[in-house]
Amino acid sequence: MSAAFDEKIHETLGDSKLQFAIYASTARLIAKREHALEGDNLPDYQELRTHANALKKNTIDNLDYYLEQFEANVVAHGGKVIYAKDATEVADFVLSLAKERGSRLIVKSKSMTTEEVDFNKRLEHHNLESVETDLGEYLIQLAHDRPYHIVAPALHMTRFQVADLLTEKLGVPNETVIEKQTMIARSVLREKFLTADIGVSGANFLIADSGAIVLVENEGNARLTTSAPKIHIAVAGIEKLISRAQDLGVFLKLLGRSATGQALTVYTSFLSGPRRGQEIDGPDEFYVVLLDNGRTKLLADREKRQSLYCIRCGACLNHCPVYRKIGGHSFPWVYSGPIGAIITPQFLGVQHEPALPFASSLCGACAEVCPVKIDIPKILLELRADVQKSNLREGKGKMERITFRIWAWMMRHPRLYEFAGMAAASFAPSSNGGWLREVPAAMNLPPVRAWLSQRDLPPPPAKSFRQLWRER
Amino acid sequence: MSRDHILHKVRTALGRNAGQAPEPAPPVRLTIPTQETSARIDSLCARVEALAGKTYRAESDADACRYVAAAIEGKSAVASNAPLLAECGITALPNVRSGFYESAALREACASAGCGITSADYVLADTGTLVMLASPQEARLISLLPPVHIAVVASARILTSLDELLSLLPRPAEQTSSMVLITGPSRTADIEQILVRGVHGPGEIHVVVV
Repeated sequence: MSAAFDEKIHETLGDSKLQFAIYASTARLIAKREHALEGDNLPDYQELRTHANALKKNTIDNLDYYLEQFEANVVAHGGKVIYAKDATEVADFVLSLAKERGSRLIVKSKSMTTEEVDFNKRLEHHNLESVETDLGEYLIQLAHDRPYHIVAPALHMTRFQVADLLTEKLGVPNETVIEKQTMIARSVLREKFLTADIGVSGANFLIADSGAIVLVENEGNARLTTSAPKIHIAVAGIEKLISRAQDLGVFLKLLGRSATGQALTVYTSFLSGPRRGQEIDGPDEFYVVLLDNGRTKLLADREKRQSLYCIRCGACLNHCPVYRKIGGHSFPWVYSGPIGAIITPQFLGVQHEPALPFASSLCGACAEVCPVKIDIPKILLELRADVQKSNLREGKGKMERITFRIWAWMMRHPRLYEFAGMAAASFAPSSNGGWLREVPAAMNLPPVRAWLSQRDLPPPPAKSFRQLWRER
Repeated sequence: MSRDHILHKVRTALGRNAGQAPEPAPPVRLTIPTQETSARIDSLCARVEALAGKTYRAESDADACRYVAAAIEGKSAVASNAPLLAECGITALPNVRSGFYESAALREACASAGCGITSADYVLADTGTLVMLASPQEARLISLLPPVHIAVVASARILTSLDELLSLLPRPAEQTSSMVLITGPSRTADIEQILVRGVHGPGEIHVVVV
């Protein structure tokens, strides 16, 4: 486990206000989802999940075909498709377009993909202002923070922190009423929308048979981002494809309910190409940037490929007992929770944070709520095996291997094993029947210490199993 | 160029060749219930009201116009070029501006208007959703910039559900660059999961069924 991972976890566990914020927010999201699915609200929920999984499997298994179909349809509607292999290529494209058009200001709607490539910072280096317009993301950007949750980025902030932040960054009087805070953000951002040259969005879905992108939101900022400026750029991972517009019914029914308990979010935009002939408003230019950034590495593995089915609803985060304790910022990358635990090692390599696949109780709650039925616990197990293989290759974990070799040798020598057991029992501190937190100095070797740092020992029994067996 | 590089990597990973046909996709799954118009209207109104929207069942065009006139009293309003609005006489109301066909002028009008009035191409009864296709009749910004949105819709345009919409419009992109589904007023819960309406889009929405 890296020191940073360990430190972040303990920091979060020790912050009682933060613990309450995470617990309360995820509990609300859990309750909303449950309500949206109970009774007759969505009677064919399980069939829809199975169908969504089959649709995603078909698209991902034939991804090259659908990518080309999508591209051809975008072009047919007057847009352009740019393939980017990494963060640099995304930034390079946007920068060169902005330079060509003389653009100064970008408005952005919420997109995990742009978080992944650190979009805003890269553009700021080149004096291009890029403003987040989703309320939560705007606050995160003002605080120079990173999203705490896929769906609710500012989940960890209280209204009082927001009040101080707005006062510090915008110079407005301290305001702790949430409605008024929202109106402050609205008026600042409204000005940005009306003056921005470029709007950058993500995409919840890319539709191959239509050359369209679909955006799902509640605030209206994505609609403004994609309607007000002259140029619209959508940045999306290549796995966001679905084959047909008609399949949207299945995905939209699942997405809103799983994320926030809504049958449909307030706005669902289905956008294809720039403004057409007689249409009154809309952008003059339309670009879709298709990002790889490690996704093609995942495709080769038939089992783990399903990690790319994710529609980013965040339900697995809300239901995860680990996420609900250690929070979003403990995770080593922008994607947190169970889905983050399976895609981070696959995008960035298992050695980026080798402890990540192990930071799970494998309780299976994530798989149970996943609207596209990704078998997250199974992938976590496979990733654990990958970490061990990688450790072997890199010559890591020597101590563990030696310890287990000694253990195996002792297990093959019953008398020695029994003697060691008796010795350990006699060395162990006396217990009044409770579990032991520490062992005497003589036994406190590094591997024992490491083991005990996460666990307690049961009190030594009065008689060993062997003794009982002989006396029976 | 990254295009060929990425497509090559995808094909190699999947074991596919360039130009190879895809495996057949699972069947389209659309379920469309039969529902009388009156039941559709009931469902629509119940859903919109559950989302804190206002609804009104107009007996006639003139009745719809009276409702809108009362709702926009003391405010400036921009109306779309939808024929239904003119038929109802809404575009002739004194505080309503209409007839915008040019982007910059429309935008300026919408940015300062207190109210945006549109029709809707379709309405979805089971979710209380307005379906708006960008066209010379309907601009994108009228339902977005002003703080109040009033949609006047014909009862014949009410569909049962999203599935029925997708069966009518299997490829919306063939008709328009933008199809937007609007379900209730703009909202956020980004601070402490507390619901606030009208963050970027309209915080108040009226659906008038004619």
